[in-house]
Amino acid sequence: MTDSKYFTTTKKGEIFELKAELNSDKKEKKKEAVKKVIASMTVGKDVSALFPDVVNCMQTDNLELKKLVYLYLMNYAKSQPDMAIMAVNTFVKDCEDPNPLIRALAVRTMGCIRVDKITEYLCEPLRKCLKDEDPYVRKTAAVCVAKLHDINAQLVEDQGFLDTLKDLISDSNPMVVANAVAALSEIAESHPNSNLLDLNPQTINKLLTALNECTEWGQIFILDCLANYMPCDDRESQSICERVTPRLSHANSAVVLSAVKVLMKFMEMLPKDLDYYGTLLKKLAPPLVTLLSAEAELQYVALRNINLIVQKRPEILKHEMKVFFVKYNDPIYVKLEKLDIMIRLASQANIAQVLAELKEYATEVDVDFVRKAVRAIGRCAIKVEQSAERCVSTLLDLIQTKVNYVVQEAIVVIKDIFRKYPNKYESVIATLCENLDSLDEPEARAAMIWIVGEYAERIDNADELLESFLEGFHDESAQVQLQLLTAIVKLFLKKPTETQELVQQVLSLATQDSDNPDLRDRGYIYWRLLSTDPVAAKEVVLAEKPLISEETDLIEPTLLEELICHIGTLASVYHKPPSAFVEGSRGVQHKRLPARAVITLVKRTGLSGSNMGAGLGVAPAAMPASLGGAPAVGGGLGDLFDLGGGVGMPTGSYVAPKTVWLLAIKAKGLEISGTFARRGGIIQMDLSLTNKAMSVMTDFAVQFNRNSFGLAPAGPMQVLTPLSPNQTIDVSLPLSMSGPVMKMEPLNNLQVAVKNNIDVFYFSCQYPLSLLFVEDGRFYRQVFLATWKDIPNDSEAQFQIKDIHLNSDVASNKLQGSNIFTIAKRTVEGQDMLYQSIKLTNGIWVLAEMRIQTGNPNYTCTVPRIVYASLLHSQ
Amino acid sequence: MIHSLFLISNAGDLFLEKHWKSVISRSVCDYFFEAREKAVEPDNVPPVIRTPHHYLINIYREKIFFVSVIQTEVPPLFVIEFLHRVAETFQDYFGECSETTIKDNVVIVYELLEEMLDNGFPLATESNILKELIRPPTILRSMVNTITGSSNVGETLPTGQLSTIPWRRAGVKYTSNEAYFDVVEEIDAILDKSGTAVFAEIQGVIDACVKLSGMPDLTLSFMNPRLLDDVSFHPCVRYKRWESERVISFIPPDGNFQLMSYHISAQNLVAIPVYVKQNISFFETGSSGRLDITVGPKQTMGKTLECLVVTVHMPKVVLSANLSATQGTYNYDPVTKILVWDIGKLNPQKLPNLKGSLSLQSGAPKPEENPSLNIDLKIQQLAISGLKVNRLDVYGEKYKPFKGVKYVTKAGKFQVRT
Repeated sequence: MTDSKYFTTTKKGEIFELKAELNSDKKEKKKEAVKKVIASMTVGKDVSALFPDVVNCMQTDNLELKKLVYLYLMNYAKSQPDMAIMAVNTFVKDCEDPNPLIRALAVRTMGCIRVDKITEYLCEPLRKCLKDEDPYVRKTAAVCVAKLHDINAQLVEDQGFLDTLKDLISDSNPMVVANAVAALSEIAESHPNSNLLDLNPQTINKLLTALNECTEWGQIFILDCLANYMPCDDRESQSICERVTPRLSHANSAVVLSAVKVLMKFMEMLPKDLDYYGTLLKKLAPPLVTLLSAEAELQYVALRNINLIVQKRPEILKHEMKVFFVKYNDPIYVKLEKLDIMIRLASQANIAQVLAELKEYATEVDVDFVRKAVRAIGRCAIKVEQSAERCVSTLLDLIQTKVNYVVQEAIVVIKDIFRKYPNKYESVIATLCENLDSLDEPEARAAMIWIVGEYAERIDNADELLESFLEGFHDESAQVQLQLLTAIVKLFLKKPTETQELVQQVLSLATQDSDNPDLRDRGYIYWRLLSTDPVAAKEVVLAEKPLISEETDLIEPTLLEELICHIGTLASVYHKPPSAFVEGSRGVQHKRLPARAVITLVKRTGLSGSNMGAGLGVAPAAMPASLGGAPAVGGGLGDLFDLGGGVGMPTGSYVAPKTVWLLAIKAKGLEISGTFARRGGIIQMDLSLTNKAMSVMTDFAVQFNRNSFGLAPAGPMQVLTPLSPNQTIDVSLPLSMSGPVMKMEPLNNLQVAVKNNIDVFYFSCQYPLSLLFVEDGRFYRQVFLATWKDIPNDSEAQFQIKDIHLNSDVASNKLQGSNIFTIAKRTVEGQDMLYQSIKLTNGIWVLAEMRIQTGNPNYTCTVPRIVYASLLHSQ
Repeated sequence: MIHSLFLISNAGDLFLEKHWKSVISRSVCDYFFEAREKAVEPDNVPPVIRTPHHYLINIYREKIFFVSVIQTEVPPLFVIEFLHRVAETFQDYFGECSETTIKDNVVIVYELLEEMLDNGFPLATESNILKELIRPPTILRSMVNTITGSSNVGETLPTGQLSTIPWRRAGVKYTSNEAYFDVVEEIDAILDKSGTAVFAEIQGVIDACVKLSGMPDLTLSFMNPRLLDDVSFHPCVRYKRWESERVISFIPPDGNFQLMSYHISAQNLVAIPVYVKQNISFFETGSSGRLDITVGPKQTMGKTLECLVVTVHMPKVVLSANLSATQGTYNYDPVTKILVWDIGKLNPQKLPNLKGSLSLQSGAPKPEENPSLNIDLKIQQLAISGLKVNRLDVYGEKYKPFKGVKYVTKAGKFQVRT
């Protein structure tokens, strides 16, 4: 007997029949009828007309019948809200049932009925169930809070359910903990700024304990939640890693990937020279490889994530190239991803293997895949210099196959190879020219034309070749037209005598007969250049081009960091930050990797030695002194010394005098002057607002643009009374560092908008970098020297600070007031050497050496910069 | 979390929908159909599809698309794993997971889905627990139910649901206690034209069928555990003991389950049990080609190769094949362009050979791509990696169970390039 019988209908009409059966006296008949109703519902038939009849069956002691009625209710209650009220009584009664299964079922179903009137009745039973003696009921109730929040968020907050939910994180049953975490995480997603999941070492410990005992799904919730935690030091970070590592051997791939996320994130904090760091790196490879033997869909998500991991930490998978070899029956989406990772892992050591594979792929059936394989060969040539020659010969072999799309792809990548290794492989041009006629895709045509133009002097019949393209000029795409124009001008500059006519022709085609403004403009520019100053034209058109970079499609480092924090999520599949596409998550908080305690050098950073010097507000010796001292740059080391009379007392952080930021004439009478201060770890912006207009000003508000360190007002600006004409008030605005980050030029630039009842005004000011020096900026003494030595010379800046009449102890004390810590001091040949450290709010460490010659008022300061991670954190 | 689930047949027929939150109109599946159309082959439908308001995460199993709808940031692997679990549960309950069986058992399917997910959060996915909540259909039970009026829904809370061993129910009783383990290894390999392995690795699993009474605590040990450096365990396995002693210690679920899977990577030397000599060529003129394939044993550790099948994906222009096989039968399907040669048992004294001519569409150019071969095979009583179970000990219970271990090696994705 199968359920297909529930789909048979009779002539009288299905609904009519069912109604009769539902009202039957026989229990068995009733149940069969409800089953028929459910069966119709599953295939999308509308059986809502039977609502009262089905609800009548609800009061029963038969659990199956009850469950079936509940299923029906969940589906149709929304469309029949008034009728649904009829069910409330039974629900409330069931929540008191001695059988925990029934209590849980009732509270679970009630939460699924998305009718406002019903949710009111839900609160009391839910409150009881959250404290039920049976953990099965508690864990069901925890999820119910999330459901209720989705229907009526305000109600959940007012009733205090969120606090109860938070308490459940400490529940004795691991499943309850997992569900509470899941519910809180879901609620937190619609409340980005609320502090729902307040993680501290105690709660983390509870979560880690529950992690070992709950179901696989619960483990995913807990791991994802753990990933949001910022451990306070490397030891805590290591102990979390140790407890998470066993999850890498879980059979559920989602558990594995969430564990990888936690490890990748917390690893950032571990010192690289630690043995454990190496062990952990080794442990990460096998589980990632195992993910690739799972079902294709899982492989795809895994590959997208591996793509990120390989970019962040190539060392993890560098020996595992072979697992990314493509099998011909892989789905196309897996093939393309594998190919991408192969190129990222390509190195001198394995390039021969990779090339052999790529050549194999280039003969496959799937056109998209073949094209990508050919492109990959070109990328290998550009990435691994030693292999370039082999790559070019492979590409030539492929051109010989005469397969149209292979030839075209090959020509496009050969162009890139020429850009990377100019004047090296021109011998192949002849072969390329043979295939000129078969090119029908704009990209390939443009590439070929570029090659002909670039090497016009070595191609005897370059003019003929280009002329042949010119015949159908108007039918070409814009890309080809532009390229053709440039190529012919290049040719003319190289061989002026024979090609005068040709260049005339293309210039007039481009300027007179074309509708494309880009083409016309470029044509005019060339024309004018050629007619006024051929020498200049030569310099412009034939200028040496910058070499193309190794890897063009790397994910930008700040985005990569954010994505690493989102491993395993949709963001990691799309390689976009969640804010870019997750709906309804207003103001998603950007996640970032934690700071490493001992810092490694990252070469690619926006901070160069010299602008760090300038950022510190200290003029490098070569720069005019005025710049360093200019108040606009803000107080730095130089200013720090200027303050006070040299009494050896720490005086707290230096505060520069206020300067005028916004002139009254520019702001309809509002003048603003101000400065920045760091007081007890809190950054403040001190403002004086002066009303120089004739009328009263009210309704002040302030906002910052995105800036390098994420400064943002911590609260609204408190201007309580209206500002009358000629009145000045002083306001102190506390700042937080949680705002959005964007690199500014100069680094410490801050753009501010101030609003009042009259208008909105904009100004920019610069804060002293010393504002960002945090109180725990004392570097590890033991590793200071080693770290210092590791810093390459070219990331050092050296400058002198002049006319300071302090001895080293006083100076050291004074600097400490501004959170510049002296780690060590030694005296060599009458010079005091101070070794100092500074830590910025975003985790960057700066180490400095200061030399003070006794009696010499000029200090020499060497500041190498060491940066643990990319400074910037853009959108 | 998971919002809704739609089941769609290969033919594009949406035959079941289930919503765990508010109802989402089935029109959202239009985006799926669009992607399905574009992908041509059902295998190539991208697993994650973005629509203006939702994300569709889908898997394709047993000719059914399981399409789930999500609205907020959810780990896609979580969803995909769950969907596979749903498919496995159907398989477990109904013997096979197909459109027909799902339609035949639609109410149970619906009850199962409701039990497996609550508000998009997984609730009960362990087969042991589900079977206590909702009994699988059997002919006998449905007869009994009809007569006695009893239902197939459990009335009490599953015992395992909240204990720290949620995978096992309490009070299991058997008259004969048995524990069987199958060590199954699959070789994934790519061989190049000359027969050398470009890449080879072993995917192994240990499937268990444990029917033991009470709460037995088992310890399984290996002769050579050092082979296993990349393992994934069923949640029942105590990881700490594996780390320290390299033994597998666990309280088993009741019935069939996968105890562990392991992966022996390309870096270790993987024995290749078979070699293939092949020559498939197409002539420049005359619209024809030749095919000549011989299969022979390589590193078989003295065992016999069985169930040997060679599959060739021919280029589109190949119309028919006129071949002769010294052993087994061959079949060329001109629609799918797949040539299957079913050899059976390999006789090392007389190597099987398939030879003959291929005829191509007249006037068509010589195919550009090289066809590639797929090999299927089976070797009984051998784990090709050399893995051997040493012993199984039962603690906590007094009886002496029947114990058994079976080994089998199969070809996984075993591909030969031409």
